Amino acid sequence: MQVEFRNIHKRFGSVHANKGINLTIPGGCIQGLLGENGAGKSTLMKVLSGFITSDEGEILLDGRAVTIPSPAGAIEQGIGMLHQDPLDFPPLRVLDNLLIGGRRGLIPDRRAALKALKEIETQFGFALDPDAYVDTLTVGERQQLELIRLLWLGARVLILDEPTTGISAPQKVKLFAALRKLAAEGRTIIFVTHKLEEVYQLCHRAAVLRAGALVAEIEPPYRTETFISAMFGYEIPTPPRQPPPTTAPLLELKRVTVEDARLQVGPIDLTVKAGEVIGLAGMEGSGQDLLLRLCAGLLRPTGGEIALGGRALHNATYHQFLRSRVKFMPADRMTEGLVAGLSLTEHFALNAEVHGFFINYKQAEQTAVERIAEYSIRGFPESPVESLSGGNQQRTLLALLSAPLHLLLLEHPTRGLDLESAVYIWKRLKERARADGTAILFISSDLDEVLQYSDRVLVFFAGKASAPLPAMQTSVEELGLLIGGVPLETVRATVEMRLPEEPSR
Amino acid sequence: MLKNARVVGLGARLIGIGLALAFVALILLATGAPPFQAISLLITGAFGSTRKIVDVIATAVPLLLATSGLLITFAAGLWNIGIEGQITLGAIFTVGALRLFVDSGAPPGVAILVGMVAGMIGGGLWAALAGLLKIYGGVNEIFSGLGLNFVATSATIWLIFGPWRRPGVGSMSGTEPLPPEFALPQLPDMRISAWAVVLSLLGVALVYILLRGTYIGLKLKATGRNARASFVLGIPTSRYTLVAFVLCGLLAGLAGAVQVTAVYNRLIPSISSGYGFLGLLVAMLINYQVIWAIPVALFYAALIVGSIQLPIQLRLDSSLAGVLQGALVLFVLIIDGVRQRLRERG
Ligand SMILES: Nc1ncnc2c1ncn2[C@@H]1O[C@H](COP(=O)(O)OP(=O)(O)OP(=O)(O)O)[C@@H](O)[C@H]1O
Ligand SMILES: [Mg+2]
Repeated sequence: MQVEFRNIHKRFGSVHANKGINLTIPGGCIQGLLGENGAGKSTLMKVLSGFITSDEGEILLDGRAVTIPSPAGAIEQGIGMLHQDPLDFPPLRVLDNLLIGGRRGLIPDRRAALKALKEIETQFGFALDPDAYVDTLTVGERQQLELIRLLWLGARVLILDEPTTGISAPQKVKLFAALRKLAAEGRTIIFVTHKLEEVYQLCHRAAVLRAGALVAEIEPPYRTETFISAMFGYEIPTPPRQPPPTTAPLLELKRVTVEDARLQVGPIDLTVKAGEVIGLAGMEGSGQDLLLRLCAGLLRPTGGEIALGGRALHNATYHQFLRSRVKFMPADRMTEGLVAGLSLTEHFALNAEVHGFFINYKQAEQTAVERIAEYSIRGFPESPVESLSGGNQQRTLLALLSAPLHLLLLEHPTRGLDLESAVYIWKRLKERARADGTAILFISSDLDEVLQYSDRVLVFFAGKASAPLPAMQTSVEELGLLIGGVPLETVRATVEMRLPEEPSR
Repeated sequence: MLKNARVVGLGARLIGIGLALAFVALILLATGAPPFQAISLLITGAFGSTRKIVDVIATAVPLLLATSGLLITFAAGLWNIGIEGQITLGAIFTVGALRLFVDSGAPPGVAILVGMVAGMIGGGLWAALAGLLKIYGGVNEIFSGLGLNFVATSATIWLIFGPWRRPGVGSMSGTEPLPPEFALPQLPDMRISAWAVVLSLLGVALVYILLRGTYIGLKLKATGRNARASFVLGIPTSRYTLVAFVLCGLLAGLAGAVQVTAVYNRLIPSISSGYGFLGLLVAMLINYQVIWAIPVALFYAALIVGSIQLPIQLRLDSSLAGVLQGALVLFVLIIDGVRQRLRERG
């Protein structure tokens, strides 16, 4: 189905989020949509999918002007959207989740739904347990479920708002294959992303938004410079790699085990030096997330010892961890990171180091203004956090970590950040590590990011962690194999066989 | 822009109130009663004389105290249905404390002060129970609240017919009245105590300041809106949940104490008089904005006092006031919901 935007305008108070956007997307096309944080991508997509209405302009489907009054109205027209921050998932089973969205009759037809589920699954190589509870699924699996649901409801236009930020490489491969198949069937796909290589791999064409306006439409052959200059107006240098620090050990894990309902992790032995950056790689749910929460004090170890600067912490509460200057930044911004309904100023007030009885709002606002400038958050001190764009919420999360720390634990730190901000944020993080001796452990599904910014890398597979690998001497290819569960020796042997000219590692 | 939003909000509220009045008028018509006469009776019943106006203010006192407390628990995202029991426990503790002073020779001022503090403690403890059940037992505060209300009522009845019964036979009219000097001093020729009025205004002011300007208030709000994120941000959310319950309980207990010292001077079976539930309605109607508590509580009190006349004059049940009070909340909430939807899409 051909989708056409004509002169779309959308204002939120003083923010002009979409400024007269004209864009035509032919049926069967995978259209990339790029742009800096707050450029207006999600806004445009929400207009198309009926979550918000535009102030001006119209939308044409196959040349016919339509009004899209609501998400339900959108799906009736065949438009479905996968959101940047997945909407709340009720504690339902997979199949029920499909059924509540259904619009056929009063009594849900479980058998038909099950059959449809199976059909769509085999078509795309997904495998969801229809009786599993949705809240036990990984982000990638929820995404598959949502995709299945939209297809089942008959979506012919699919909008994916930054779908790859929380999923692992193999899940991404699966998702891309599914999208290609869907496009080949004549469906229109709009793919919002910050990652150029995804555009190169997947999209037939791309459009770039900047400050609410459409500034470029780009077709292959793609050139990185074209994108970068359209998005930011200047080049962004890749920061140089730095040698690992040679400081004293800070965090020590001794035969630590931890578990949740799905997975047993460990035992893990790890010593992290002050100022060291450790990347945790692995398929989603392989145990790296549990290790991070363990180090944050949000999970108790089932065995082993944890010490920070020589002080035992394995029996400490989360608040004792906080007082030991350990801080955690969750990936799920709006459920674990920020409090919807509170403003930026209120967040910074809560985050302040010393609390009197009365809030000094003048000072809190001052802090908010400073942090907004420092992290270039697009918003005002009084903006409620839920009104910020995804990337700006992420910046807010990072801005809340500014107190001096010994240990910083980050889940997908640059999730949803545009390239420029990701580079900037990492520059700041690395400075903290080197200058203040803050040790950083972070999870990322972006292997390039892991290798670029870590000193050492831990690869997780099914709850087992590899020995720490020096990032400088590990390749993306090796990392990819390790994540897939190939043992280290085999990886080394294969890679060395293929690359005999490289010096032995 | 913000000011504009306020005006629109107020307008929406007025529309809701208008709809509620129309709704009640329809009910009256359906039952064959003259709606205009009923409404004018309500008005003269509430404001027809100084005495009636004073009654309205006196009725607003416990209602305001309950509402202020509930604004705290609502801010923390809690449905403190148990407030009725907390008022009741406040009354029981106050009566209990005052009984100790009977024939003790202590100055009545001291007795009253101790009685009031005891009432606050009683309400606070009862609320803390609901809080602890929620935090450590995972019991939803709505269920525990209903249970605790029931227990509180039963305890009142037991006291009235048991240990504190009137000499001779116990009766539903309550315990033996306390010595008159244990009542809060009233204004000359009026059935109202300036002390009680001041206490209730103080309660509102404190809650206003607490929620607007203090870290405790901000943390309560954060906990109410997203407990998980608040916890990760470092707020001890369980403690703040408990704090919200206890603060509300203290104010509810004070309401109970006022019921004893300014109104009944003894323990009666339904000493909370439904002010707790009514406070829930008021808090919802003002959309949890503290400044509106005073006018709306006065309005509700006026409905209560005004409707006393209805059965006598029109043979209408005085529960009409309740219908109107409920309809108000319902319609204002509906209008709010409609606005919310329009704004989200807007
Ligand atoms: N409900 C809202 N209220 C106020 N402002 C809003 C609202 N939604 C979006 N905005 C503002 O509109 C602008 C565009 O936001 P949008 O979410 O479309 O950005 P985006 O391109 O998706 O960015 P990101 O890459 O960070 O997700 C931002 O400045 C944002 O703060
Ligand atoms: Mg977005």
